[in-house]
Amino acid sequence: MLGTRDVYGDILVELGEKNKDIVVLDADLSASTRTCKFARAYPERFFNMGIAEQDMISTAAGLATCGKIPFVSTFAVFLTGRAWDQVRQSVCYSEQNVKLVSTHAGITVGEDSATHHANEDIALMRALPNMTIICPADGIETAQVIRTVAYHKGPVYVRLARCKFPVIYDDNYHFHIGKSDMLRDGDQATIIAIGIMVSQALEAADNLAKEGIAVRVVNMSTIKPIDKEAILEAARKTGAIVTSEEHSIIGGLGSAVAEVLVESNHPCPLKRIGTKDCFGVSGKPQELLEKFCLGVKDIVEATKDVIKRKSGFSPAT
Amino acid sequence: MAKDIFRMGEMFGNIGCNDEKDISVNVMKKEMFDLGMDWERLGREIRGDILRILAKAGSGHTGGSLSIVEILLALYYGKMHHRPKQPDWPDRDRFVLSKGHGAPALYVVLAKLGYFDLSELDKLRCVCAMLQGHPYNCNTPGIEISTGSLGQGLSVANGMALAGKLDKKPYRVYALLGDGEVQEGQVWEAAMTAAHYHLDNLYALIDFNKLQIDGPVSQIMEVEPLEAKWRAFGWETYEVNGHNVEEIRERLDMAEDVKGRPSMIICHTVKGKGVSFMENKVEYHGVAPTSEELERALAELSLGRNTK
Repeated sequence: MLGTRDVYGDILVELGEKNKDIVVLDADLSASTRTCKFARAYPERFFNMGIAEQDMISTAAGLATCGKIPFVSTFAVFLTGRAWDQVRQSVCYSEQNVKLVSTHAGITVGEDSATHHANEDIALMRALPNMTIICPADGIETAQVIRTVAYHKGPVYVRLARCKFPVIYDDNYHFHIGKSDMLRDGDQATIIAIGIMVSQALEAADNLAKEGIAVRVVNMSTIKPIDKEAILEAARKTGAIVTSEEHSIIGGLGSAVAEVLVESNHPCPLKRIGTKDCFGVSGKPQELLEKFCLGVKDIVEATKDVIKRKSGFSPAT
Repeated sequence: MAKDIFRMGEMFGNIGCNDEKDISVNVMKKEMFDLGMDWERLGREIRGDILRILAKAGSGHTGGSLSIVEILLALYYGKMHHRPKQPDWPDRDRFVLSKGHGAPALYVVLAKLGYFDLSELDKLRCVCAMLQGHPYNCNTPGIEISTGSLGQGLSVANGMALAGKLDKKPYRVYALLGDGEVQEGQVWEAAMTAAHYHLDNLYALIDFNKLQIDGPVSQIMEVEPLEAKWRAFGWETYEVNGHNVEEIRERLDMAEDVKGRPSMIICHTVKGKGVSFMENKVEYHGVAPTSEELERALAELSLGRNTK
């Protein structure tokens, strides 16, 4: 198990050592986001903006105009929600090289309850032109993502979590922006997942395999620009798709996949796993995943459901 | 005239560039010598251009563009180290028009200084034109960041000032805010940041023309006592006549001696300044002059319709 935010904190220090243009901003949550590690290593390049997310984002844009590479962190709900207009105007419209890295995305934030959960952040960021959105599946991928986005030109939103994720990858994996990764092949359905839901999807695939159902599992870590070819290939080869995200079914991964399918020549039955247009509650992370139907058994059920729907599926001609 | 030449020499000596190569200096010299540092005449010319391009565009923010002319003259002609032909010169002084709707005024000044061709002015707000309704940094030389959504520019200016401190560069950062704009909470977040990080390379100004869209600022959401507020937030504050170029420049000069604190110059201005039927009128905030109004305004400014 590795905490994606712990990895983020470590990689920031590594990057900070190599590139003096990297600066980091936080909004009084550096102990939680782990930017505190950079703060200790390079205090002159760390700016705690206090509880002032809007100021933080626009200040980062100003730093970027002068050639700095700002990494900006706080909880996902505040980074993308409270400061949405600043992300839109100062960062995306102004095309500034700002790296927004949130932690505490989804409902696995847990006990702090819905005010601190982020189930809408991908939807908010997806609607912004010039924004790249990445949600890594484990700590190994997180390290590569952070290293990659540091040298990618343009606004980026990276979505990390509070809790630790099972390790899926090893050093043979190479992350590329815009490229999904097929972790498991199968021909009866595809589960496309992001973040913690990737390891949930792998467990679901294992369970389905025991019942003789071979399922493809795809880690769609770049949600924007989405890997359309991988989605269409999954539709062509397996004929049914389940998307799985720790996010609302509105506007996130599921919606992005649906948009590709519906406009293609290969629409197929689709089921979105995510929070169903509702707010979370206090609870332990695993309890909340079960309560809001983001558990392994929910993915298994959804997969069987879309497979069943294949026979009745007749796209309009 | 001798005194003016002496002051110009002082000014150019402060710019810190080789004036044979630096086109900004030559442009300024030309304007200064042609006009004999006649700020009043230059102001009228710029106002005429603002009104012409707004009338041609058929939309835009007249009142708040006319009110900031002298502030821009003080900055661009009198203070800032900048190179119109090299807008990304790393050591340039930066300016952020946080009240982005004042764009027409900034566009005229930038065009006159040579940042882009004067012909772009006539295409203001046209589809596919360079000059957008609010400043757009991606395509307009001389625009550092896109503004228009009020309250963000001071934070951006802080970021520039922080970068300057990190890189130990001598450039200065200027930001111009509206008075209604200071109703945005983010402005006060930025005010705290500037003081907390001791940004004495940051100089903010407010176009205090007392009017906003729905009425007088004092009636919509009172912002006074403005000077006391900025002082309480840790800023060195000044109040000036916002239509006296020399006074603004003097305060900016004085502010440079302040160490460890940012500076705020509250400029008392008149919305719609220069055109009698537009002065202090709420209704000219976001409305362009009609053809008839343009003609009347140009006559008041003692300018012909086609003079550039």
